Amino acid sequence: MLKILKYSFYDLIRSRWSYVYFAFYLLLGIVLLFLNNDLSKAVITLMNVIIVLVPLIGTIFGVMYYYNSKEFTELLLAQPLKRSSIFLGQYLGVALSLSMSLILGLGIPFVFYGLFESSAIWDFSLLLITGTFLTLIFTALAFNIALSNENKIKGFGYAILLWLFLAVIYDGLFLMTLIMFEDYPLDKVSLVGTMLNPIDLSRTLILLKLDISALLGYTGAVFKEFFGTNFGLIVSFTMLIVWVILPVLRIVFKSKRKDF
Amino acid sequence: MVSIKNLHKKFGKNQVLKGVDLHISDGGIFAVLGPNGSGKTTLIKSILGMVIPNKGNIEVLGNNIKKNSDYRHKIDYLPQIANFPSNLKVKELIKMIKDLRKDTNEDERLIKLFKLEPFLDKKLGNLSGGTKQKVNLVLTFMFDSPLIILDEPTTGLDPISLIRLKDLIQTEKGKGKTILITSHIMSFVEEVSDEIVFILEGKIYFKGTIQDLKTKTKQPDFEHAIASILTENHA
Repeated sequence: MLKILKYSFYDLIRSRWSYVYFAFYLLLGIVLLFLNNDLSKAVITLMNVIIVLVPLIGTIFGVMYYYNSKEFTELLLAQPLKRSSIFLGQYLGVALSLSMSLILGLGIPFVFYGLFESSAIWDFSLLLITGTFLTLIFTALAFNIALSNENKIKGFGYAILLWLFLAVIYDGLFLMTLIMFEDYPLDKVSLVGTMLNPIDLSRTLILLKLDISALLGYTGAVFKEFFGTNFGLIVSFTMLIVWVILPVLRIVFKSKRKDF
Repeated sequence: MVSIKNLHKKFGKNQVLKGVDLHISDGGIFAVLGPNGSGKTTLIKSILGMVIPNKGNIEVLGNNIKKNSDYRHKIDYLPQIANFPSNLKVKELIKMIKDLRKDTNEDERLIKLFKLEPFLDKKLGNLSGGTKQKVNLVLTFMFDSPLIILDEPTTGLDPISLIRLKDLIQTEKGKGKTILITSHIMSFVEEVSDEIVFILEGKIYFKGTIQDLKTKTKQPDFEHAIASILTENHA
């Protein structure tokens, strides 16, 4: 698996898109720092961008890489290699190169700005950790979609729909449910609802870490009580890990039964 | 070498293989023939483990291939359409496949044989179809495996390379290897193969030497013998 990972990773590192993605984050980091002149505020703005953009790029890149390397995958399948190592290697190659673009692209400007002397370092680290998790999750979901759909157009369509659903529609539905059932105690429901969507979960985690939960009113207090504690933090990270593991398991399962 | 029992494969509603029984003995050149869509490639891909059968059993060199990938160390496979990652150089691709399988020096001899030296530093995306096929041949023949599977090996090759390919196939046969070929070029098949396996509508219709086929169909030459099977079964 490590050999496949190595070759996929090198292949992607040399591709133009990795540089574009890296340069985008580099630029974003620099611009935000110049405009805000404040690390903490830049972290908040970055969060809003990352929470939406990272899943989108992960999904698109994952689907695109899978379809583009289809013939190559067939060449690998005829070699004495396990199917699970071929697909997990490719998946990790994509996910790790995207994570690297994110971490280096944002990390470099922040480090030069004096991140290590600032108190925002933990918030920033949390931001990068959740960003990496989101990349791992959405690339895995994208591979799942691509493995299940021979038709490229369909695959891309489902991938975009998935992103749209988790990034936008889910929140809308969630909010509507909260309004419809506002007469009932909803704190538990909203906690569970947040846990079930990796994007919401990441957002909540960062917001609460940034200590602006007061903005969220009563629910914020309930959330703070939960996510603010070590227990809440552990549960949230466990949820994120589960969100990575389940799609990865399906990649292994699905790839073993597929015809090429 | 290869033993297939009651192999069934369905793609959606399309039943491609309907109970194939085939035994391929050690050594010799076997041509798998059949009209378009008869299941030749599906059969070959099943042997390689790329297509997973619905029913049936395949053994390669005595090993059941189900849930096993190590037996592919014993197989060299030439895929039908050579599509490689386009931003990789020829040299890098060869190095990579060697890294994934095992080290060998055979590639140098094959590169010389097919006159590929000027292309080693070119990217695969910029090569012509015939040159890609030559790279494909180098990748296939550089490992010294007892079973060689060639899916349409002649595609895009110029006459000189074709002669070299035929020589190469004969040398490999001389080493006692088993070679499985699919091709639509009947003259090529007639020239190289010892035995033919004819697939029709997902079943083995005929297996034997070309002479047997001519006797069976009462046709004087090979091409007409094949044609007569097809017209008899479709008329």
